[in-house]
Amino acid sequence: MYKYDDYDQQLVDERVAQFRDQVNRRLSGELSEEEFRPLRLMNGVYLQLHAYMLRVAIPYGTFNSTQLRQFAYVARNYDKGYGHFTTRQNIQFNWPKLVDIPDILNDLAKVQMHAIQTSGNCIRNTTTDQYAGAAFDELEDPRPWCELIRQWSTMHPEFTYLPRKFKMAVTGSPTDRAAVAVHDIGLRIRRDDQGELGFEVMVGGGLGRTPMVGKTICEFLPKEDLLSYLEAILRVYNQFGRRDNKYKARVKILVHEIGAETFANLVEKEWEHIRDSALQVSPEEIDSLRSYFAPPAFEKLPSLSAEFAEKVGSDQEFAYWVQNNVREHKQQGYAIANISLKPIGGIPGDISHVQMDALADMADQFSFGEIRSTHEQNLVLAHVKRSDLYALWQGLKEQGLATPNSGLITDLIACPGLDYCALANSRSIPLAQRISERFGELDRQHDIGKIQIKISGCINACTHHHVGHIGILGVDKKGQEFYQITLGGRADEHAQIGKILGAGFSTDEIVDAVETVINIYLSLRENSEETFLDAYNRVGDTPFKEALYGTR
Amino acid sequence: MALVKNNLVIEDKWIFVQDEDDLPNGDIIVSLTRWKNDRETLLKRSDGLGIVLKSGENPDQIVDDLAFFQVIALTFPAFTDGRAYSYARLLRERHGFDGEIRAIGDVLRDQVFLMHRCGFDAFDIKAGDNKALAIWLDAQKEMTTFYQPTGDGRKTVRSLRDRRRLAKAAS
Repeated sequence: MYKYDDYDQQLVDERVAQFRDQVNRRLSGELSEEEFRPLRLMNGVYLQLHAYMLRVAIPYGTFNSTQLRQFAYVARNYDKGYGHFTTRQNIQFNWPKLVDIPDILNDLAKVQMHAIQTSGNCIRNTTTDQYAGAAFDELEDPRPWCELIRQWSTMHPEFTYLPRKFKMAVTGSPTDRAAVAVHDIGLRIRRDDQGELGFEVMVGGGLGRTPMVGKTICEFLPKEDLLSYLEAILRVYNQFGRRDNKYKARVKILVHEIGAETFANLVEKEWEHIRDSALQVSPEEIDSLRSYFAPPAFEKLPSLSAEFAEKVGSDQEFAYWVQNNVREHKQQGYAIANISLKPIGGIPGDISHVQMDALADMADQFSFGEIRSTHEQNLVLAHVKRSDLYALWQGLKEQGLATPNSGLITDLIACPGLDYCALANSRSIPLAQRISERFGELDRQHDIGKIQIKISGCINACTHHHVGHIGILGVDKKGQEFYQITLGGRADEHAQIGKILGAGFSTDEIVDAVETVINIYLSLRENSEETFLDAYNRVGDTPFKEALYGTR
Repeated sequence: MALVKNNLVIEDKWIFVQDEDDLPNGDIIVSLTRWKNDRETLLKRSDGLGIVLKSGENPDQIVDDLAFFQVIALTFPAFTDGRAYSYARLLRERHGFDGEIRAIGDVLRDQVFLMHRCGFDAFDIKAGDNKALAIWLDAQKEMTTFYQPTGDGRKTVRSLRDRRRLAKAAS
């Protein structure tokens, strides 16, 4: 994975000192809260309902065991002993004191971590496929490109006060695990007829109040032009994006209002001027970045492990975990292990400092010391020998980290909601816990099969509920929490926005309503192979509507 | 209010003329509207001429006239409105404007350095002279590491790495 050189380290150290000064000026009253707000946001510090919250960047979701131990240290010393993995592959601490935050950032800088641009109207942490470098269907590891984007976007002097936040995602596989079509910019690595590497560029995807799937404005962008093209897009957006209305300020609205073609022309015109500039990426530069992400020292292993097969045969619990949480690896004899942060009835994405320390040890022992965070709020050990899976599973089980529900109904995604968030209209976590408990029985989860539920506590749609197979949106109606259901959304390479079924359900009704949807699916599917999404696409929403609202 | 330029607080000799006012003697800065309406009159004067653009007024509208202006003042109606960062870079780097680009409006401690990186060279800071100068000098010292190439001539991390690579290859 990437290692800071002295320049990167210096920048992060300077940033910590700068923020320490800003905090001091706020505490002394020299800075008003209004003036301090964008500064703290650009350093990941939110003011939530009960406390400050610190969101630490995990660039493109890859981190190492030393960094995970430092998260545990921060959770133990400055927080209430736990952290929370977010839908942007980052980690949040919910209870730090403002006066401590410069020290926390200093502790994080020691392990090459920062909180720069995890909030604010600037370019946010670039996300990618959690299986990068391990996925068997990958054209190329997207992370060197993500790192290139990270550096270019870090404290960009021109793009620090954009109309609104700006999010990018990159996928290196045709199977899109990074939801690139619902980002402000989505990049899909592809090859042209000559086998040259480049990017398909999508712009204007996003969710929130006005969910939209991104439009492709460039079918093939040569790799050396990536930064100049991104700069052209951002420059067009910075000048022409709307600033009169916060809810119409994302680039998707600009693309929608002037049309994707006009937008593409503006970008093209701007790009012509800057294409041959210092922004051009040299082969040496990209080689250097690629060298950081070279495959680890894999052993030559047989494809089958007798020991592994024996354990799968003899231990049913382990066999279920393998079936649900283990994925194919491109290297023979290795596997990808998904670590569920969704224990039945638990808080999605939460992890204690004890679990963090233990997992760091397991990463060292079994996966080259490297960990991934996912936008589904889980973790991944990407390079585990199949013959080590049983020992890993035992270690995970001891820590309560072996829930075998990856991709199943209890692997649900929820935002912090009204339990923490100042923007929320309703609670998300307790609902997630109740749904998890309702469907917790493993046989029932297996029967229901692959399905994804996403719960957002407000229209800002942090969990991307519009592209959940079942999306749940909490709204406030005269002081009461209500939950709207959308069906049929998906965020993969066939991205589509789900349809709202009808009026919302009360807190008491919503879990039953979800169960009704599931029961209807089970009753009408053609066979157990037909997933919820396939069945929905075949029959449409009528049977679900009728079951929930009658035939009126 | 203090105008900071070239690491000094300087006296502002420029007069911002309102659209409805008569043109005074001396160096003046006029709005885009005034420039469009009174272009011929303004060009007949021998004193200095500058133009002020609001944040919604794109400098595209004046790129053919840049030779007439010694000052272009770009407005930050709120420090969160970042359009003028792009305007300044385009004026400097694309259109070769080498006069003064002045930041006016909500010009604060934590943004002046970004403005400088984008091509601003004069800052109208809401503070007394000494305080304004201190704000500018402190803001400049904070960061010494830059990833992005702009027209400000500061060495980027990428160029420094390139140089290291070359040196390594040569040895």
